[in-house]
Parts: sequence; structure tokens; C-alpha cells
Amino acid sequence: MTTTSEHVQEAATPSRRGANRLVVLISRVRELGLLVVLLLIVIVVGVLVPQFLTVSNMVQILLSISILAIVAIGETLVILTRNVDLSVGSIVGFAAFVAANLFKQQPGTSLLFGILLGCALGLVLGVINGLIVTWGRVPSIVATLGTLYAYRGLDFIYAGGNQVSASDVPDSFLSLATAPLLGVPLLIWFAALLAIIFGYWLHASRTGRQLYAIGSNPDAAHLIGIRSNLLVFITFAISGLLCGFAGVLWGARFATVDATAATGLELQVIAAVVVGGVNIFGGSGEILGAILGVLVLGTIDNSLSFLRVSQFWLQAIDGAAILVAVALDAFITRWVQRLLITGRKR
Amino acid sequence: MVKPPDPVIELAGIARSFGAVQALRGVDLTLYSGEVHALVGENGAGKSTLVKILAGIHRPDAGIIKIDGQEVELHNPVQSRQAGIAVIHQEPTLFPDLNVAENVFMGRHPRDRFGRVDWKRMYQEVERLFASLDVRLNVYTPVQGLSVADQQLVEIAKALSLNSRVLIMDEPTAALSAHEVQQLFAIARQLRERGVAILFVSHRLEEIFELADRVTVLRDGMRVATAPVAELTTQQIIRQMVGRELEMLYPKSEVEAGEVVLDVRGLTRKGVFEDISFQVRRGEIVGFAGLVGAGRTEVARVIFGIDRADAGEIRINGKQVQISSPKTAMKQGIAYVPEDRHQHGLIMDFSIVRNMTLPILRQTSMLGLVDQRREREVARNYSARLQVRSSGIDQLVRALSGGNQQKVVLAKWLITNPSVLILDEPTRGIDVGSKAEVHRIISTLARDGLAIILISSDLPEVLAMADRVLVMHEGRITAEFTHADVDQEKVMFAATGQTNDHYQ
Amino acid sequence: MKLASNLLSSWWWEALLIVLLVLTAILGNALSPYFLTPFNLALMVESMMEIAIMALPMTLIIIVGEIDLSVASTLGLASVIMGITWSAGIPLWLDIVIALAVGAVAGLFNGLLVTRLGLPSLVVTLGTLALYRGLAYVILGSQAVSNFPGSYTTFGIGYIPGTLIPWTLLLFIFLALLCVVVLHRSWIGRQLYAIGNNKEAARFAGIWVNRLKLLLFVLSGLLSALAGVVFTARISSARADNALGFELLVITVVLLGGINIFGGRGTLIGVILALFVVGGLRNALGLANISGDIQNTVIGTLLVLSVLGPNIAQRIQGALSRRRLAARSTQSKTG
Repeated sequence: MTTTSEHVQEAATPSRRGANRLVVLISRVRELGLLVVLLLIVIVVGVLVPQFLTVSNMVQILLSISILAIVAIGETLVILTRNVDLSVGSIVGFAAFVAANLFKQQPGTSLLFGILLGCALGLVLGVINGLIVTWGRVPSIVATLGTLYAYRGLDFIYAGGNQVSASDVPDSFLSLATAPLLGVPLLIWFAALLAIIFGYWLHASRTGRQLYAIGSNPDAAHLIGIRSNLLVFITFAISGLLCGFAGVLWGARFATVDATAATGLELQVIAAVVVGGVNIFGGSGEILGAILGVLVLGTIDNSLSFLRVSQFWLQAIDGAAILVAVALDAFITRWVQRLLITGRKR
Repeated sequence: MVKPPDPVIELAGIARSFGAVQALRGVDLTLYSGEVHALVGENGAGKSTLVKILAGIHRPDAGIIKIDGQEVELHNPVQSRQAGIAVIHQEPTLFPDLNVAENVFMGRHPRDRFGRVDWKRMYQEVERLFASLDVRLNVYTPVQGLSVADQQLVEIAKALSLNSRVLIMDEPTAALSAHEVQQLFAIARQLRERGVAILFVSHRLEEIFELADRVTVLRDGMRVATAPVAELTTQQIIRQMVGRELEMLYPKSEVEAGEVVLDVRGLTRKGVFEDISFQVRRGEIVGFAGLVGAGRTEVARVIFGIDRADAGEIRINGKQVQISSPKTAMKQGIAYVPEDRHQHGLIMDFSIVRNMTLPILRQTSMLGLVDQRREREVARNYSARLQVRSSGIDQLVRALSGGNQQKVVLAKWLITNPSVLILDEPTRGIDVGSKAEVHRIISTLARDGLAIILISSDLPEVLAMADRVLVMHEGRITAEFTHADVDQEKVMFAATGQTNDHYQ
Repeated sequence: MKLASNLLSSWWWEALLIVLLVLTAILGNALSPYFLTPFNLALMVESMMEIAIMALPMTLIIIVGEIDLSVASTLGLASVIMGITWSAGIPLWLDIVIALAVGAVAGLFNGLLVTRLGLPSLVVTLGTLALYRGLAYVILGSQAVSNFPGSYTTFGIGYIPGTLIPWTLLLFIFLALLCVVVLHRSWIGRQLYAIGNNKEAARFAGIWVNRLKLLLFVLSGLLSALAGVVFTARISSARADNALGFELLVITVVLLGGINIFGGRGTLIGVILALFVVGGLRNALGLANISGDIQNTVIGTLLVLSVLGPNIAQRIQGALSRRRLAARSTQSKTG
């Protein structure tokens, strides 16, 4: 009979550590896979059309996905808890118009105020979502379907048919998106920072970890005393807040904003998040994965124009990507399960 | 032993009923630190209810719980945990997507001085916990891929990390291999050394003799015996478990058994059951006895087409048949009344009539449309025949008592006019009165020529009703008795896998 | 009296919808004198028919516990198929057959992924929502085919001669009757409800769960394509972006109609009523010059309240009965 200390030592031997790490790696297959796919696309397209590989184009890609990435962060948090937020497009659009309009009407407003206003609006709308889902016990798919319409309508009422165009707003506002900081546009910095902050928070805080528990086994989570309702409420609030912020950035980036801004964004975000390996039923997935999902779809989008493929293929390819991603997921899971069962039998 | 240690948990007069069923009547129990206390009893004796009360899932209707001499109320699982009680349920309550270490520490992750989750310390801590139990388990694997045995180890690690003083294990060995059982026992002994009080609920008497210090026997919701294991023999324990007077539940009418209807040969499902062969004749009731996990339901599921067999033959009226789905089973005249009427037997939000006619919808339809008059007639007919007590055939089955729900399930399958009827725990969770009625119905059915398989953990029921009793243990048939020479102890004996040398 | 109260308790959602319908009529009349005119009503009905046709299979799919987000994209794809086959000189009736076939195949694809591969329908149909719409764009780009024959477009916007009953309404009534009969009177309908309530118990009762689900997805694709044929006829134009975004409106109508998102509950009667509530509201607000998106606000709020309301009512009822029980027990103690 081996002694305790020998066992501990065994656990720490290099081969054992290696085996441990392998297991961790396998659970990161999705992120690795996406990275590989990304690199493949970049390399293949870059070889075919060298202009694709310029720094300015890489920056262009990052710019084009930054706003979606920010929204994807909030959506990921919500989906992790086994919920969904369909109203993100409406919140982004609403905040975009409100912010752009603010700068149109009062050009002297400080940028900070404008950002805070957009964020506050998003927060309020997210809080309403959260209350309907937790206190009202309305399934999130129904609740946010309704608020998708309700918020968009409020946007329309507020906008009153008006439009804000680039010439209406001060350059300082527009620069919010494009002004370079160390050569990289601010928008990309925002997205990257938020992704890092929230990704880290999900990994490094007890509360973040509890989100996974809620989505993985809601009953067990309740059994050990996790305050699911409060946490779900908070994720909806955060989602709203991030959408508000993204909305302000949308206004700054696209300059021409009316009440139809960001229509259809919700389906784009969910698609990207699913491709990124976040389980639609909750309990697993990383911010990194979601961002990679957004990046992969965005890179595919961008490469199409270089490949002289008509833009019309865009949606079809996005759709195919989602299907492939989900089918692959299912196959890998089943394959891994089979491996584990037969491994155990040995 | 000098002076006995102070009791950790004292239960006095615990009572609990569910609707009409009295699960526990005035049970007393005392647990001391550093002991392994076994809790035994038949299915339905009240063991699970007692465990759930200690876990804070149910509240007792009466009685007192004392921990360390202080009276406590366990309103919810969190309070139970805080009181130092850790429970390993039959179904593991883990988070499948998260890894082992995180499952152990969910909600209580160790933090570094900045308040961040200290993953390294968490992994080390869990590895240390496992090492202290002489267990090798990769703390990085997602729980999803773990075997039941490993999942239990995670639960135990959880209990340890909570510094629980009481560890309750509810039938932990049901799904474990012999080796895994030994591993579990080694850990249990270690915990005992550390002063943990272990309540070990189990059917398997050989395990109890191997591990436990004292044993409490429950029967029909009452505590009938508590004694040190060393002072008891297997036979004595069994006698306490089943020792009631055998009530004549319903005199079984003598039926002339006809030709063989169902002939099962060499039926095997890898890892579940092996080489099951038996025959059932017209008018015969074949009882299947055994403990939970013996494989009886699994055999039934294969005969009914829900699962597939890996080997073996099934013959109906002499002809070999391939049963690939419930529908094909039904076409062969097989009907299955499942164990769990809530999950598989009934659609709770459907009315009586709609539940009853579910398997025969096509037959009660003309031109695709359901003939409502005919289906209602049939439903009323069978409702009366089985004496289903309700406010009408349109009442939702959810509102019926357990006994009447079971009658609806029975009716549903009788309506399909089967030649083989498989009953899986038909009187579980129903009151005595309804039980008798169900037995009467079963007898009548046999008299009418049905071939009946009666799977039951209720020994008096099996003994009274069955013409022959087959006993299963860990996937094999270990004994066969006729109605004349069967008795409860022999059955329990075979069901717990005893060999003849132990039998006194 | 008991019969009436029984009837009310099981049909209360539909009764609520009737009340809403009446309110809508009153509101519409107040907003515009033209609302209740036959001509306007005919127009209103005509404009809803595509959504109505798609709502029928959607109801069945949600009842069994699945969802189909790709309906509007299938509509668009079918519309585009109509366009290119017509432009290629293929006779109209054959165009329609081909478009319907494409729709059925699209549904079959969805159904196979869900039943054979076991993938969640929410994600599968999210993917095919993009895929089918994308294929429509690939086929037709941003062009439009508008030179359809008069007979076709008359079907889309015309009425039965001598009346103000749109042809397309006739089509919908036919389909709706079929669906109502199937869902509420046939054995298939009963099995669908069983599956939606308890998939396992349904399987144990010998119901072919996967086959039925597959059938429903094919039906959804087929009827979405039919809706595409109708849509193209109505606006007399085949475009890749026809009915963009309609899927959410279809689902909203179905949910408002009382179909529980988790499956197993709700009636087609309710969905049809909800159709007219939504259609009526939109038309009424439109007559008052309120834009489409604000119309949607009202619809969206209505959707949320339709689930929130009963939940709150239940909580209040529960709290009240608990208080009554407590009062009674203290009474009996002191009395």
C-alpha cells in the first residue's frame, strides 16, 4: 500500500502534470480550433490576395468587429446562465441614436457625459429585462423578444423620423471610434479592454464562476445556496450596460444614425457566440471563445471582398459556419464521451 | 471502549407523511462521531425520507433533531450543510460542465489576498484532499466524463472540504464495481478515524457487515432494531427487515396456466444484465424480485423495445420477434407499466381519458379524426372496471391520488389488449386500500389469460401474487421459487447475493 | 353554470384575446373612421396572410417543444426561386411546385439536423435562417423579378369577384381549418401535445417522436415556401430580402396566441385570434400614421404582459390563499 506522501508526489511528477495539462487542453479545443481556423483563413486568403494581409486591413477587420464583440461579451454572460437576450440590437440602436442626437443637439457636451448617458440608458433597459425574467418569471426568450420590439419602438418614438448624419456631430464624437492610440483606433482598445476585463472576471471571481454553475445545473446551484435570481438579474443589467456603451460607439463609428440602427444585431451576436463555443444551454463557454467567434465571422466577411466573392455570399457562409460549428461540437462531445467510457472500462 | 463519545446527531420521534402515505412514524436515531452506522430496510421502509429530512430537503411533520445536543431546524439544504451534515444522494448533484476541483469548491473558491479565485491553491487543496484519501483523480477533468464512482469521490471531497461532521451516503454502492466499493470503504474508514459520523444507507448486507459498526433497521416507517453489527447475523437482520405478519393481501385465485406466451432466451445487455432466460405462460404471474439496481427494469425495457439487447432471443407464441421500439412491442401484444408513473407512465397535465387512450389513438380514430365518443366510452368503461376514483374522466391525472393514477396507467395498457403485461413496481407509493384493489385487478387479469410479469420490491406482494418468483442480483437470475416453496427470507437472501455458506 | 365556468377556465386565454380583439376594434375605430370599413379590413387581412400561413406550422413546432427561426428566410428563398424560374420561362404552375419543393427540402434539412443529429433547434434554425437567406441573396442578388402575369398578382391582391374577400384569405382559411382539425381533433394532434408535455411518456406510449418532429419541420418549410409564393404575388416582386425579419413576428403571434414556449400547451384558435389582434393593431395604428416600429412596440409590450400578467395573478392568488389558510388555522386555534 503506497503512502499518502508518495501519492502526492505522484500527482506532481512531470508525466502526471502533462496528463493534467492535456485534459485542460482538450477542454480548450474550441478556442484552439477557432484560432486554427482563423489562421487558416488569414493564410489562405493572404496567399491568394496579398493585399488582404496589410496592417491596415487587419485593423479594418478589428474595427468592423469591435462593436459586435462588446455586445457579445454581455450576451455570453446571459447565455452562460441558460438565458438569452434578444433585445441587444434594440438597446444598441436606441443608445446609438440617443448619443448621436445628443451631440447633434448640444455639440458642446462632454464626451464623458455622452458615454454615461448611453450607458445609463442601456443599464435601465437591461434592468427592465432582468426584472421581467427574474421577478416576473417570464422565460427570457419571450421576455427579450417582447422588449426587442418595445425598445425599438421607443427608439422610433424618440427619434421621430429624424436622422443624425456625420456632418451634424462634432469631430470629437466621431473620433471616439477612430482616434488612434498607439496606432490602434480607440474602438479596438475599448473592445479589447472590456473583453479582457470581463474574461478575467469570469475566470477570477466567485460570482463569475457561479454563473457557470447556474447554467450547468440550476437545481444543484440552488441547493448549495447560490443566489441565482440575483445573479441572472445582474447579467441582464450588465448586458444592457455594455449594449448602451456599444451603442454610443456605434453612433461614433457610423455617424449616420436613425432609429433603424443595429436592427438584426441580436441574431448576429448569438450566431457569433455559438460559433465561439458558448453552449446555448449554458454552463460552458469563454469570453475568449465568443470574441474569436466574432473575429472568425468578421474575417470571413472581410475576406470575401478581397476574394472577389460577392457580398451576397456573406450570410450563406455565416449560416453554414454556425451549422458546422454546432454539428462539430456535438460530434466531438459524443466522441469524447465514448472515449471516456471505454477508457474507464479498461 | 471506555466512555462512548457524545452523540453528534439525535433524532427523536421523527414522523413524515406524503399525502396518504405515512413514510416515517416516530423514528429515533442517534449517531456518534467516529462510527459507521448502517441504515437498512426494504424499499419503501422510509430510509430515503429520513435521509432527505437530514439533508434539509423535507421537513418532518413531528419530532426533534438535535445536533451536538442543540435542537435545530433544517429548513433547507444550506442550513443542513451549515450544521455540518453532508449528503451524497443517489443522484450526484454536480455541475457537469465544470471540473472536479471547481465542483468541490463551488461558491467557496479559495481566494488570494486580492480577492481573486486562487486556482492554483484550489487545485492543490483538492489534490491534497484526494491524496489524503489515497485516491487518484484528475482534478482538471470536467465532471461530465466521470464514472458514478468518481462522482461520488468528488462529493466526498466536497464533504471533507466543508469539514462536515456527518456524512450520509444514500445507497452509494448501487452502481459501483467491486473494486470501487473497496475504494469507497477505505475512504469511509479513514473518515471514521477522523471522527466523522457516517450514516450508510444500503441494501447490501455483506457490505454492512464489512463496514458498519452499528445498524438500524427500518420497517414500514418505524425503527425496529438498533444494535452493534457484531451482535447480529444476516438472518436476524433480514428477519427484522421483513418480519411483519404476512397479511393476506389478496388471495390469489388458482389459475390453470396455459401455453407459453413469452419466451426469453439468453438476453444480454452488456454491463447491465446477462443471460436472462425465462418463460411466462398464459394466466401465469411471474414475479421478479431483487434489489434496486439488480437489472429487472432494464430487462423489461429491452422486452418492451425501449433499449436494445446485445444478445439473446425473444419469442412470442413460439415465433422469434425483433423488438426495436415500443410500437413494435405493442404490435406483438406486449404492454409495459413503467416504474415511474410521473416521468414515463402518465402525462400529468392530460385528462384521464386522454392518458388512457394515448397508445390506441389510431384505433379510436376514423379517417384520422379521433372518435371522441368512442374514446370516452372506452375510458369510462375501464375507469369503472378498475374503479378509478375521480371527479370524471376529464379530470387531470395530476389531481388524482397515487393509487388512482396507477389505475389509470394500468387501464391505459389494458386497453391495448395485450397478451403480455409487464408491471414494474405497480403498487409503489400508493396507499394500502388502492394496493389491494390493484392486486385484485392483477389476479383477474391472470384469470382472463394474460401472461404477467410482476417486478416488485414489495416482498409480501410478490409472495402473494406470483406463481413463480425469479430473483435477480447484479444482472443475473440467482434463484427461482414456486409459489409453494417461496418465503421472504429466501428471496432476500438470493437478492442480496448471499451464497449458501452464510445462510444459517 | 358549471359548464360555463369550466369552459371559461380552460379557454380563458382565448377569452382574453377576444376581449383584446374587441378593444382593438374600438381603438381602431377611434383612431380612424376608415378602420371598420370593409375595404380596410380586406386590406388588413390581405397584408397578414403570409405571417398567418407561417404561424400555422410554427404553432405545431412550438407545441412539441422545438422552434423554427428559418421560416422567413425560407419564404425569401422560395420567392427568389419563383423569380428565377419565371424568368427562365418555366410555366407558372411549375414554378410554384418547384418553390414548394425547395421549401420542403429546406424544412427537411432542419428536421434531420434536429432529429438525427440531436442538435438544438434554436441553434440549427438560427444557422439556416442565415443560410437560406444567404442563398436567396446568392441566387438573385439585389435584383427583383417583377414581370409576373396578371393572374398571379391578382391572386395575391385580388378578391373573390363581387366580394371583398381576398383569395389569399381563402387559402389561409383552408390551411387553418386543416391545421385546426389535425391539431385539435386528430390523433396526430393528440400525439403532438403528448410529446410537448412529456416526451418520454409519449415515447413509452409508442409514439414516434422523431418522425413527427421531422414531419413538422418539413411542413414548416413547405408552408413557408407557400407564404413566399403568396408574398411574391401580393407585392408582385420576387426579391431576396422579402419578408426580412418576419420570423420574430410570427413567433410573437404564436406566443401571444397562448402557445407556451416550453411546449405542450395552447390552441390554434388562440393563435388565429392573436393574428387578428396583431394585424388589427398594426392596421389601426398605421391608419393613425403611427410607424411600423412603434406598432411593434405595442405588440412587444403586449407579448411580455401576456406572460407577466398571469404570473403576477398567480402569485397574488397564491399569497391570498396562503393568508386565508393561515387565518383559518389561527381561527380554529383560538375559536
